[in-house]
Amino acid sequence: MTSSLADVASSNATLRAFLHGLPGVDRVGADQRAAMLGTRSIKTTAKAAAIDLAIRMVDLTTLEGADTPGKVRAMCAKAVHPDPGDPSVPKVAAVCVYPDLVAQAVESLGGSGVKVASVATAFPSGRSSLDVKVADTALAVAAGADEIDMVIDRGAFLAGDYLKVFEEIAAIKAACGQAHLKVILETGELATYDNVRRASWLAMMAGGDFIKTSTGKVQPAATPSVTLIMLEAVRDFLATTGRKVGVKPAGGIRTTKDAIKMLVLVNETAGEDWLHPDWFRLGASTLLNDLLMQRQKMATGRYAGSDYFTLD
Amino acid sequence: MFEYAPAPESRDIVDIKPSYGLFIDGEFVDGTGAPFKTINPATEETLAEVATASGEDVDRAVQAARKAFGVWSAMPGSERAKYLFRIARIIQERSRELAVLETLDNGKPIREARDVDLPLVAAHFFYYAGWADKLDYAGYGPGPKPLGVAGQVIPWNFPLLMLAWKIAPALACGNTVVLKPAETTPLTALLFAEICRQAELPPGVVNIVTGAGETGAAVVNHPDVNKVAFTGSTEVGRLIARNVAGSGKKVTLELGGKAANIVFDDAAIDQAVEGIVNGIFFNQGHVCCAGSRLLVQESIAEELLESLKRRLSLLRLGDPMDKNTDIGAINSSTQLARVRELSDIGEAEGAERWSPACALPERGFWFPPTIFTGVAQSHRIARDEVFGPVLAMLTFRTPAEAVEKANNTPYGLSAGVWTEKGSRILWMADRLRAGVVWANTFNKFDPTSPFGGYKESGYGREGGRHGLEAYLDV
Amino acid sequence: MSKTEAAARLAVRKTYKLYIGGAFPRSESGRSYPVTSSKGEFLANASKASRKDARDAVSAARKAFGGWSGATAYNRGQILYRIAEMLEGRRAQFVAELAEAGTKKAGDVVDAAIDRLVWYAGWSDKITSVAGAANPVAGPYFNLSSPEPTGVVAVIAPDEPLLGLVSVIAPVIVTGNTCVVVASERAPLPSITLAEVLATSDLPGGVVNILTGSVKEIAPWLAAHMDVNAIDLTGVADDDLAVTCEQAAAENLKRVLRPAAADWYADPGLKHMTAFLETKTVWHPTGI
Repeated sequence: MTSSLADVASSNATLRAFLHGLPGVDRVGADQRAAMLGTRSIKTTAKAAAIDLAIRMVDLTTLEGADTPGKVRAMCAKAVHPDPGDPSVPKVAAVCVYPDLVAQAVESLGGSGVKVASVATAFPSGRSSLDVKVADTALAVAAGADEIDMVIDRGAFLAGDYLKVFEEIAAIKAACGQAHLKVILETGELATYDNVRRASWLAMMAGGDFIKTSTGKVQPAATPSVTLIMLEAVRDFLATTGRKVGVKPAGGIRTTKDAIKMLVLVNETAGEDWLHPDWFRLGASTLLNDLLMQRQKMATGRYAGSDYFTLD
Repeated sequence: MFEYAPAPESRDIVDIKPSYGLFIDGEFVDGTGAPFKTINPATEETLAEVATASGEDVDRAVQAARKAFGVWSAMPGSERAKYLFRIARIIQERSRELAVLETLDNGKPIREARDVDLPLVAAHFFYYAGWADKLDYAGYGPGPKPLGVAGQVIPWNFPLLMLAWKIAPALACGNTVVLKPAETTPLTALLFAEICRQAELPPGVVNIVTGAGETGAAVVNHPDVNKVAFTGSTEVGRLIARNVAGSGKKVTLELGGKAANIVFDDAAIDQAVEGIVNGIFFNQGHVCCAGSRLLVQESIAEELLESLKRRLSLLRLGDPMDKNTDIGAINSSTQLARVRELSDIGEAEGAERWSPACALPERGFWFPPTIFTGVAQSHRIARDEVFGPVLAMLTFRTPAEAVEKANNTPYGLSAGVWTEKGSRILWMADRLRAGVVWANTFNKFDPTSPFGGYKESGYGREGGRHGLEAYLDV
Repeated sequence: MSKTEAAARLAVRKTYKLYIGGAFPRSESGRSYPVTSSKGEFLANASKASRKDARDAVSAARKAFGGWSGATAYNRGQILYRIAEMLEGRRAQFVAELAEAGTKKAGDVVDAAIDRLVWYAGWSDKITSVAGAANPVAGPYFNLSSPEPTGVVAVIAPDEPLLGLVSVIAPVIVTGNTCVVVASERAPLPSITLAEVLATSDLPGGVVNILTGSVKEIAPWLAAHMDVNAIDLTGVADDDLAVTCEQAAAENLKRVLRPAAADWYADPGLKHMTAFLETKTVWHPTGI
């Protein structure tokens, strides 16, 4: 953080003044920009490249109460070899699981290079004490998580207690050690785009390595518009502070078309520097199979059937 | 790198004939003037040969319209409505074909023809269809009467949309029309003639005569025309206004503009940047209400310019038929020469010129998106309508100064205001001498919303309830 | 359905059900009643809706209100026009159905009903311009009044089949209201056939809900329902019932359109639209 921003978090008042001093977001205009970018027509070679890039950006996710070691093992196998019949399909970026299943994921993935991400901090509601959240994080880190996906305290944010949100993110960042921190804003609960922009800056200033739209448990989740606003935020944050932060839309990205729209948003907002799994991820569970089916359609020229792709 | 592969729209969907005649009294007929060629401005390829309507041809068209006026004006409004609804539906059905043809003949990006022009064209016919049987409720007294034969001359920037703006209200009110499309973009009007036939519109209700300025003059000056509607340059508008003096013809003129797009320091910057870009680079800046003068509050000028330049670098100029193209071709070599001339004058007068790195295709008429900074009110690029992708940026300090600068022009078509403060928007809107004021948006059109200018931007309104007045004897 | 035809081939008859939330359920009460032509011949059994069906219909209408009132006027106009198109496509069916029930000049009735829909379709994006206003208040304020839909409207349809029915439904929904219609008790069948048209016209489920049965039984429940915002009593022929309904409607101050003699072929005017519109006035200061 540059010195000019260092003082911002000295009190809730200064933090509030800073966040409310950010330029507003006009909802209609932002939606129109996102919709216009959604009309980009990505075909042939561009589509093939985009599909492979999207696969490499996927955080393959399972976050259900019914998750078991078996489910995680199966998902990890899929993460490393998304299409067992086609070795040219790249690996996904990471798998994303609950903290108690991190050890299982680490074991299953071995030295594949696929990262293990874990949600933490009383995911998805975030309704617990800081101590519990730190402990939750520490548990995941100790089990070998490479990345932590934390949720912000939306209640505190909406109540105007920005400092509490800031300090909590900073504390979790400290608890992460070497692990990368993704900060989930849960944009569906923040409701306004002004709030999305403010929460993005708050998360970045507090030390987040990534800002992430949603838990996937609240609708709407990763809409093109909120992704656009977060991409503008990381672009402006880099220009202001010199530090680059990644973006992860998660929730509701189900089709190849959705994923490619996201890549177009990145390309024409933050720029192509972000078009890399280090800086952009797609949090999804069912997306991967649609990407594989589209990939096969491009290779064979005929539409694919879901019976030919594994369910995990 | 994420390069978008070419994504060309197929041109096979439209069947362009080698030559086109005039549409008079429900038939396609030869013109007696010397035919002319219409070209694709993106490639300079000839698309078709088109008839020129001579004075005699125009006279026949006016006679046909006069004859049809009896039937059409006597028809119950509810029946006229159904014809217009039919036309609206056929436009929707054939919208892809019309969009492709518009792009080929005009040079505008297919994305705009498809997503802006065509939906608005259909919506305009739907809207005025609904008025045809409700004229008693329009606020002009009971039983308002049509005027008779309307002579309509339209420009090349939105060929089909301008046709819709002219024909839909005229027909709804019970008039018949003789319409002359621009000589560089006649093809969609001729396809529209075919649509009139599919809709079984009675012959003579719509007549399309093609040709250049002389044909237009013959339409406007014909003694049996009761109403003149013109969209185009202020220069020609002035001439028309002079020529119709004493004729008793009702006239509406929609002419040039030099709109100020005013950005305050508290604006939603990312959306303002989009609005500025849309304001001046939409349709290559071939828009009479384009936001060609950017007035920025001095305190944010530098920051805004930087954002604007970054955004301009993302604009995709090239093949208008590519679905990812943002900036298409300049409509004609004549227009390109004018844009070049005024830009060169801008530079010579001392303004600083900037364009993003941008490869222009070898064939066709092209001009890169361009910003002039350091522009003063006295510079010609701040006063003359360029009608191209050229933005003149000026600064201001206070709202009053912004209003003063915005109004300091003989034009008065439109203006834009960008601020998050509602009361300031309304204060500005009260003082701006312009027919349309967009706040936190720009270049928005809707059939329900009246459009037209103050001062030398013309008179009369098109669209909405107000748009009926131009075609009623009230 | 002459006897000779029946001898040649036995016709497959249609089951007439209710239309609630875009679906066609039978009455939860399991009741039906015989519908006869004007000459007394049996035509079909119609569902006899209960108060619980009315309650379900109100819920469906309420659920649909947000989306329908929030749709653009243009979109609503397109959908009403689509209804007209679909009705035109089934013109012969309606003419036959009306003729069978004893309606005279059935062809003219159907034509007028189609044209009525087209007329109201055109109002969707014009009523605001005609009924709204920019108000020149004495002060530094922008002041704009616009009509807005009142909410869920209960409609007691007149006995005039199809034309009367369309003439009371279209003006209610074109402005963004949703409705629960009690069809003509004597001639309910065209209303259910109209529901089939509505269900295939891009009209969201729940915008129009149609109940058949006893007006006297259902109307008071709708008039008293606290989640109904207005009631159109046009089709209430019984003066006492009209008064009872109007009194019940007073409880939550429903907007009431009273029964009145109507020439269904005349220009309908604005009455059936404006009766179910609120006027909202917005003030905003003007100043730097």
